[in-house]
Amino acid sequence: MEPYRPLDFFQLDDQYSEDERMVRDTVRSWVTERYLPLCMEHFENGTFPMETVPELAEMGVFGPTLPAEYGGAGLNNVAAGLIYQELERGDSGLRSFCSVQGALVMYPIFSMGSEEQKRHWLPKLASGKAIGCFGLTEPDFGSNPGGMLTVAKKDGKNFVLNGRKMWITNGTVSDVAVVWARLDGKIRGFLVEKGTPGFSAPEQKHKFSLRASVTSELVLEDVRIPESNLLPKSEGLKAPLSCLTQARYGIAWGALGAALSCFDEALRYSKSRIVFDKPLAGFQIPQKKLADMATQITLGQMMALHMGRLKDQDKLTPQHVSMGKRNNCQLALDVARVCRDMLGANGISLEYQTGRHMVNLESVNTYEGTYDIHTLAIGQELTGIPAFR
Amino acid sequence: MKIAACIKRVPTTEAQIKVGADGKSLDTTGLQYMASFYDEIAVEEAIKTKEKLTGDVTVITIGPSDASKEVREFMARGADTGLVLKDDAWHARDARSTAKALATKVKALGAQVVFCGKVATDRDNAAVGPMLATYLGWACVTDVVSLALENDKGTAKRETEHGVETVSFALPAVITVSKGLNEPRRPNLKGIMAVKAKPIPEEPCEAVANQAVVNKVEQPAPRKAGRIVGEGAAAVNALVTALRSEAGVL
Repeated sequence: MEPYRPLDFFQLDDQYSEDERMVRDTVRSWVTERYLPLCMEHFENGTFPMETVPELAEMGVFGPTLPAEYGGAGLNNVAAGLIYQELERGDSGLRSFCSVQGALVMYPIFSMGSEEQKRHWLPKLASGKAIGCFGLTEPDFGSNPGGMLTVAKKDGKNFVLNGRKMWITNGTVSDVAVVWARLDGKIRGFLVEKGTPGFSAPEQKHKFSLRASVTSELVLEDVRIPESNLLPKSEGLKAPLSCLTQARYGIAWGALGAALSCFDEALRYSKSRIVFDKPLAGFQIPQKKLADMATQITLGQMMALHMGRLKDQDKLTPQHVSMGKRNNCQLALDVARVCRDMLGANGISLEYQTGRHMVNLESVNTYEGTYDIHTLAIGQELTGIPAFR
Repeated sequence: MKIAACIKRVPTTEAQIKVGADGKSLDTTGLQYMASFYDEIAVEEAIKTKEKLTGDVTVITIGPSDASKEVREFMARGADTGLVLKDDAWHARDARSTAKALATKVKALGAQVVFCGKVATDRDNAAVGPMLATYLGWACVTDVVSLALENDKGTAKRETEHGVETVSFALPAVITVSKGLNEPRRPNLKGIMAVKAKPIPEEPCEAVANQAVVNKVEQPAPRKAGRIVGEGAAAVNALVTALRSEAGVL
C-alpha cells in the first residue's frame, strides 16, 4: 500500500510540540499496521475488531487526558485530539469506540463519580479490561434528550430503572453502561452493570454506516441496582451534555482524520489515473475540487488546533465545540462525497477507504448533535435567543 | 551492562524526495524525519539486552537539535538516556567521519556493546557499524538475525547471501542488526509522557573531514512504460521471448 501522506498545507506540524507529534505518529503507525488490514472485513461483516482492544489499551488511547493515578496518560487536549484524528483516519467506528470509552464513560465517572466508583472502574476501563457505553438517546428523544422517558425510582437501598435507549455505541459488548434517567423529575446518571437482571443490550443490525462498530439498544425492565451506582455529582441535563461536549471535541478532530484519508486517496488516485491520455489531476475540474477540499480541510485543522489550545487553557465553551463539531463533520462529509465521485467506479469498492468513510460520516454528522442542532446552539450564542422550540 | 544504540535520522517513508539546488544534496524543504528502519531493530535489541542482563541503554544520534525527537521516541520505548551529537549537516557526513565521531563518544560512555542498524535507509552505505568497530578495535558482527548475549560474550546468526552463519564473539562488540531479529515495540502514550520532560543532552559533534565527497545526486530514472505483447494464450510465446531477451529475467 502507498504510504499515507496527510495534507498539511499550512505546515501546522510546526505548531505541535514534540510529544504531541510523537503521540500522533504512534497512533498513526498503529492504525496503518494493525487496524487498516482488519478494517474492510469487519466493515463488511458488521463487527468491531475486539481483538484490537488490548492493543488500544496498551497504547493508552482510552481516557488519554485522565491522570495517571486513574490509569490515564495525562495528555493535553491537543494530543488527545490528534489521537482521535488518527483513529478516525482508520475508521469512524474505531474512533467512536474510543470516544465512548473515554469521553462518555470514563469522563462522567471521573468528573461525577464517587472516589470508590473512580477507583473501581477507571483503571479497568483504561486497561480495556472493561468496556463501557453511554445511554442517553431514546427512540423518541435524540436532539431533545431532556424529554427522556427512562425513569429511576428509589426503593430502599436500591434504584429501580425502567426505559429504553437507542443508538448506543458499544452497548452489546459493554460491561458497564452509564444510563441517564429521571429520578424525582431530575436527570441523573447511573452505572448499570452487564448481567443485571432486567437489563439487556440487543444489537441494532442492518446499518449501512458505522458497520465496523457495535450499535445497540438498551432495554431496562425493572432493573434493580444498588444506590452506590448513582453518579453522585450528576445532576440535571447539563451533566450528560458536559460529557457530550468532551466527545464532540474529539469528533471535531476525528472527522478531519476521515477527511484527510479520503483526500489523500483521491489526490493520489487523480494523479495516477489516466483519462484522455493524461492524469485526471491535470484537468481543471478535479483541480478545483482538490483546491476546495484542501482549503476546507486546512481551515478545519486550524479550528481543531485552536480549540485544543483553548481547552488546555480551560477557555473552551460548549458553543466553541458546537462550531467545531458542526463545521468539521460537514466538511468531512462534503470532502468524502467529492472524493468518492473523483474515484469513479472504484469509489464504491471497499478496497478504497473513501466510500466507507463517506457512509460512516453520515452517522458522525448526525450523532452527538446534528448539524442543525449545533446551528441553533451557535445561533443562540450569537443572538441570545433560543430557537430550539 | 552499558549498552549503546546508534540511530540515524532519515526522511520519512512518505517523503517525496527532490534534489537540492546545488545538485549534490537533497532539498530538505518540508521534509519530515524518522529513525532509519533498521535502527528501530537496533534499539529494540538494546532494550531487550538491558531487560535480560540489566544495565542501561543510551541512544546516540548525530544530527540537528531536532533529532532529539527520534531519540526521545526510543526513550519512550524504554531506552534510559539519549544524546544528540549536534551537526546540522549530518546527512552530508561520510561513513568514516560518522564512525569516528561515534567511536569517541562510545569510548567515553564506557559501553560494552553497541547496536546499529545494518544500513541507513537514506544513503545505503552499510559502513558505519563495521567502521565503528574498527576504530574501537572491537569485534564486529554484521547482519544479525538472531542473538544470544551474555555478560562477556555472545553468539549470533548472520544472514548472508550464501546462507545463515553462526558466529561466536567476545564483548565488547559492535552488532549491526537485520530484519527478523526482533519486532520493535511501539511507544505507548504513558511512556511518551514519562520522557516528555527528560533532558536530552546535546554536544557538538566531533568535526572529521569527509573522505568520500558527494559530487552529484540524481533521482532514479522514471520507470519505463509497460508494453502489452498480445492477448490470451497466443501471446505466451511473445511474452516469454520478451521476458528473456528484453527484461533478462528468464
